[in-house]
Amino acid sequence: MIGRRRLSGIPISRLDARDLAGEALAGIGVRPARTALTVLATVLGIGTLVTTLGVSATAGNQIAGRFDAVTATEVTVDVAVPASPDSPPAVRWEALDDLSRLNGVTAVAAYAKTAAGSEASVRANTVRDPERVLDRALPVAGSTATLPDAARTGIALGRFFDAGHIARRDRVAVLGAQAAEQLGLSRVDNQPAVFVAGTPFVVIGILAPIGRADQQILAGSVIVPFTTGDETLHLGPLATVVITTALGAAPLIAQQAPAALSPNDPAVVQVHAPPDPAGLRTGVADDVSGLLLILGVVSLVVGALGIANVTLVTVIERTAEIGLRRALGARRRHIAAQFLLESTAVGLLGGIAGASTGIVAVVVISVARDWTPVLDVRLAAGAPLAGALVGLLAGLYPALRAARMQPVDALRGPA
Amino acid sequence: MTDIINLAGVSRMFASDPPVAALTDVNLRVRPGDYVSIVGPSGSGKSTLLNILGLLDLPDSGTYHLEGRETTRLDDVTRTALRGARLGFVFQSFHLLAHRDVMENVMLGDLYTGGRRRDRRERATAALDRVGMGHRLHFRPGHLSGGERQRVAIARALIGTPALLLCDEPTGNLDSVNTAAVLDLFDDLRAAGTTLVVITHDETVSRRAGRRVRIADGRLTEIPVAAEVTVPLPVLGGTR
Repeated sequence: MIGRRRLSGIPISRLDARDLAGEALAGIGVRPARTALTVLATVLGIGTLVTTLGVSATAGNQIAGRFDAVTATEVTVDVAVPASPDSPPAVRWEALDDLSRLNGVTAVAAYAKTAAGSEASVRANTVRDPERVLDRALPVAGSTATLPDAARTGIALGRFFDAGHIARRDRVAVLGAQAAEQLGLSRVDNQPAVFVAGTPFVVIGILAPIGRADQQILAGSVIVPFTTGDETLHLGPLATVVITTALGAAPLIAQQAPAALSPNDPAVVQVHAPPDPAGLRTGVADDVSGLLLILGVVSLVVGALGIANVTLVTVIERTAEIGLRRALGARRRHIAAQFLLESTAVGLLGGIAGASTGIVAVVVISVARDWTPVLDVRLAAGAPLAGALVGLLAGLYPALRAARMQPVDALRGPA
Repeated sequence: MTDIINLAGVSRMFASDPPVAALTDVNLRVRPGDYVSIVGPSGSGKSTLLNILGLLDLPDSGTYHLEGRETTRLDDVTRTALRGARLGFVFQSFHLLAHRDVMENVMLGDLYTGGRRRDRRERATAALDRVGMGHRLHFRPGHLSGGERQRVAIARALIGTPALLLCDEPTGNLDSVNTAAVLDLFDDLRAAGTTLVVITHDETVSRRAGRRVRIADGRLTEIPVAAEVTVPLPVLGGTR
């Protein structure tokens, strides 16, 4: 460069960066409507990407943060029915003590229940009324005394049976709310009796509505001490273990429960625990975002093609201007830089507008869902840059075409 | 004093079937302060000559010294720099940017030649004052008459203080009144020492020049100055 300069005595043409920026901005401003339309596709692309990433981050955070305090603490264990009635039970009632000692367990209960389809016939009195059917086929559960705690229910009337009732094998019963209604029982202070398969039981309490979604069957059941139930109604060994845990302990307890309940053969028990929040989050993110991300990328490609197309049209329209600039001393690189900067600025504009739109969309969606919006700063900062990059790539070919024009031909071009 | 232009044995062929000899053995010397018109019908090689003089095109043979500097062997970057710094162009179709105001259009002439940014606006104003357009600084070209546009274009060519003003049919798009105004301006510029080369097909325009060169079939012939004396000047308008 130095040698060439000395040879000719003429300093080579140069273009101040501020002048370049000014020329590029003026170029964009010539046709505001066209620029706006060109920007739109990039806005859509970047906006979709930002919204998708933002909403999935927000939703993921929401699942982790607001992860239902109730369902996150519920574990249910189903115990397989023994092969023959004579074989020893898979899980002994005493094993519940071992389970309740586990750190994180707040309540454990278990019950044996009449099988579906072979509910016991239950009636509230012995009157034989030919006009009415008084017999109700209701499930009967032989339970431990801790059932109200474990099943998140309470006592609406009277009381639940206790360890004494269980030890004495008392023939007492607690009715679920629906069962009491079906049997026409609304008070327990007069010590009413129900006849379960002909055996009388004293009703000592009626349950409040059941809090746990998976234990609603208890609302329609007759609940008796498991000892009594096994003795008089042959309910058999325990079939269901209901556990509540401290917040966050459910996955751990679900893991440990089989060993605690059935150390010899953990496989006989089947544990139902809430899904792992972390797994849930990734699952949601994957499902929701995948398609939208593809959409965003497609819009971005469309945006890039739009910018490339419009820049190319602009270059051809401004052939005479290119010729003039070359006549005024502009080098090829000055021409290329101007058009590249114009397309980059259009992309950047689209990126900024798209990022803003996306962020607003994330906030609006969050407000509508009562979520706390979660925005990655890198995303907000990176989106306009991505737009600028798209613009830069899209402008490469048109800028090259502009730079390649011969000034003589260009000056003859459309004025 | 060094010649501004010294063309020696310049030829330019265009490859077609049959090949067209646009310029054949052209010799031309233009001294500082000259006002030369090159007149000829269309197809005579005017444009080719202008492109070569304007460093927009290269001759096939011969040499072109601009201010004593041989240009035909310079590379593209240096020729571009020389073009921007030492030549001012005035086109038939003005080539003003429609979306920029008069001031910005004139400042464009100084954009690539390394002129100081700080006083570019002042120099543009001065150039516009020289062409009598100082009162239209912030008009868009679309709001100007043809003659005014051409004067803005001349101001754009003048801002870089070129050694040579190359005018390609400068009055081709103008009516007689505007033509007279532009020609008057050329007289003023010449009086102030500017070197002018005006290419035209219009005899009336060409007669205003101090030296006249005819181009026909790619060959130049100097028209004797004596011929000029007997020709009455065209009526000049009062827009001066």
